[in-house]
Amino acid sequence: MIAELGHFALILAFITALMQMVIPLVGAHKRWPGWMAFAEPAANVQFLLTAFAFGALMYAFVTSDFSLSLVVANSHSAKPMLYKITGVWGNHEGSMLLWVLIVTLFGAMAQWFGHGLPPTLKARILAVQSAIGAAFFAFILFTSNPFLRMDVVPFDGRGLNPLLQDPGLAFHPPFLYVGYVGLSMAFSFAVAALIEGRIDAAWGRWVRPWTLAAWMFLTVGIGLGSWWAYYELGWGGFWFWDPVENASFMPWLIAAALLHSSIVVEKRESLKSWTILLAIIAFGFSLVGAFITRSGIITSVHAFATDPERGVFLLLILAVFVGGALTLYAARASAMQAKGVFSFVSRESALVLNNILLAVSAFVVFVGTIWPLISEMAFDRKLSVGAPFFDQAFTPFMVVLGIVLPIGAMLPWKRARLGRVLKQLIPAIVFSLAVGALLWAMESEKTALGPVGLMLGAWLVSGAAIDLLTRTGRGGAGRLGRLARLPRADWGKAVAHAGLGVTIAGISGLLAWEAEDIRVVQTGESFDLAGYTITLDNVATVPGPNYTSTMADVTLSQDGKKISTLHPEKRVYPVAGMPTTEAAIDIGFLRDVYVVIGDPQENGGWAMRAYYKPLANWIWGGAILMAFGGLLSLSDRRYRVAAGARKTVAQGVPAE
Amino acid sequence: MIARLLLILSLLLPTAAFAVQPDEMLQDPALEARAREISKGLRCLVCRNESIDDSNADLARDLRIEVRTQITEGKSNDEVVNFLVDKYGEYVLLKPRDTGSNRVLYLAGPGMLIVGLLAAFFYLRRRSHAPAPLEAGLNSDEAERLDKIMKG
Repeated sequence: MIAELGHFALILAFITALMQMVIPLVGAHKRWPGWMAFAEPAANVQFLLTAFAFGALMYAFVTSDFSLSLVVANSHSAKPMLYKITGVWGNHEGSMLLWVLIVTLFGAMAQWFGHGLPPTLKARILAVQSAIGAAFFAFILFTSNPFLRMDVVPFDGRGLNPLLQDPGLAFHPPFLYVGYVGLSMAFSFAVAALIEGRIDAAWGRWVRPWTLAAWMFLTVGIGLGSWWAYYELGWGGFWFWDPVENASFMPWLIAAALLHSSIVVEKRESLKSWTILLAIIAFGFSLVGAFITRSGIITSVHAFATDPERGVFLLLILAVFVGGALTLYAARASAMQAKGVFSFVSRESALVLNNILLAVSAFVVFVGTIWPLISEMAFDRKLSVGAPFFDQAFTPFMVVLGIVLPIGAMLPWKRARLGRVLKQLIPAIVFSLAVGALLWAMESEKTALGPVGLMLGAWLVSGAAIDLLTRTGRGGAGRLGRLARLPRADWGKAVAHAGLGVTIAGISGLLAWEAEDIRVVQTGESFDLAGYTITLDNVATVPGPNYTSTMADVTLSQDGKKISTLHPEKRVYPVAGMPTTEAAIDIGFLRDVYVVIGDPQENGGWAMRAYYKPLANWIWGGAILMAFGGLLSLSDRRYRVAAGARKTVAQGVPAE
Repeated sequence: MIARLLLILSLLLPTAAFAVQPDEMLQDPALEARAREISKGLRCLVCRNESIDDSNADLARDLRIEVRTQITEGKSNDEVVNFLVDKYGEYVLLKPRDTGSNRVLYLAGPGMLIVGLLAAFFYLRRRSHAPAPLEAGLNSDEAERLDKIMKG
């Protein structure tokens, strides 16, 4: 019954979305206030109906209602409650419902927080957002209905993929979806502005918080996914350039570019049409990501729904929205007149360079991801494009970006002198060169990767610190107080840029100085790894809630002193008949020691893998810093003040 | 010969739980390091987008052993890779060869960068030569708004 109500709510939401897609647009065109205002209650109704449908599906999962085929396929009565809940989106149909729930949530939020928007712009934004919702409602209802009943109700379910029964993986999809779908807001703003025919500084200010929020959630989602891969897959890889990872990385790169270009729109009223284009591309990449994941056309380890019908439907959605928006763009973009004048050396041009590097690097990832498809279809060459290609083709962009970032971040607007900024940055230059030289001297095996990567990281972090300090002006007294009183957006910028430096340092340190040992170990035996001694004390079989575990006791010690006891596990989930490895990690600030237990050997003893992973946590630490920087910037007073101040004048402004 | 026999025996052992197994590894660390380096660039043909060095699949294990057999026979890295490409096709390479149509893949990034930089150059030149607008003045909307306020 509840499932049927959920299904019915979803159909009602679809109808609401269709109406909200048309009526406000007509209203905005004819200047009929009543028709425009229709969007506001409709956005709320749409969200509430979708939330009800989502709640109904969650209820079915929590109560293990095995009359629903989706619950049978993805749940099991013996599964812990946490994974019954996260199982709702651990499958194609449920995750699409979550996706559309977030689309409607953003639509409703635009309505809640959009008081300052001119009425026609607001009506158009809500209509475009609703069109996106309608497309996905249709997708769910016609190809991926989560509320299908079974003809014969089975006694129990088939269980959730054991790999998904992990907190890191269970929670990364919602973050990623908020990120992907958050970019739909930027898209709706862009298309509404194109229909409206005008874009000004206020538009830049309105669109930036949404993009910033989407980018933050993408950062956290990608970070969680990468962290999960690190501890779950059994050898500590953190990034695989898998098509599905790329699908989340491309929108992240474009969103980062969009964040920066909308600053130029807001502060200088330039780069307008480019920013609109980026907003369209950013959401376009989100849709490409959905298409890649769901169609299975570029099959990868992640593809959990290989179904041509769904693929074609998604391709259609992609073509209609991106194609339509680009057509509109081609017709209207010339109306976007740039106002600001600036010289070659200025903050504006630095941000242009930032945009080029980010957009081209996203393009490289895109071409690499779809190349196997193109090559097979156009040239009849069946080939693979994997990590070694991306490492080579993508890394140079990040290196250049890292080098120019601290300089660009400090250049003044309009007209700047490079020499002046470089002079201010001398301490950062000296510091990072010293870090690089010291590490080079300390290295036993000379590789450039480690010292150069950490030098770049030091340059970004110290550059961000100097950027903050110079904002407090001259004179020692009161400087700390002024530092604390700097706008949150300034702090956000510095923290996020430093976070990028920390991540770059982490990645290069890990890749350069990682050590590994794979061997057969008898119980009681020890071996050395990078100055640590690892002893296998015991191996026992331990029952878990819905699995059986082979758990080892491993002692980690250094110079005869015990550091910790680790418990690497191998789990077998009888319902899925699938083993997973659970690595045990001794987490440290400067290094992780990572231990995995393998199969028992014929001559006694166990296969074991141990890794020394320097700076591993810096990778995710940097991601957390980047997301936190975004949060700081989002909480800046100026957004709220601006939103409030505009309320009073918005009524009187004619839209054209 | 004995090494070969051991390898064949090891194939009969139960399936691997994780990638490189201790029993596959070569005694000589230098040769083993070469085998690892080659493995990282080869795709596990049954599991998508994973190198044979990372994969748990049986086929990846067979390939790893194949690589090591070839190395112990004294072949160079290139010879080993060429042998596998001849046997399994280009598909086995994680980094496609920069020949023929793949030139497009390799030139896409640098090409796009040049296009972007050129476009930026002309844009910036236009912006830096543009007549300065009346920044202190009012645009038409603002003028209109002021007008209304004055009248109202």
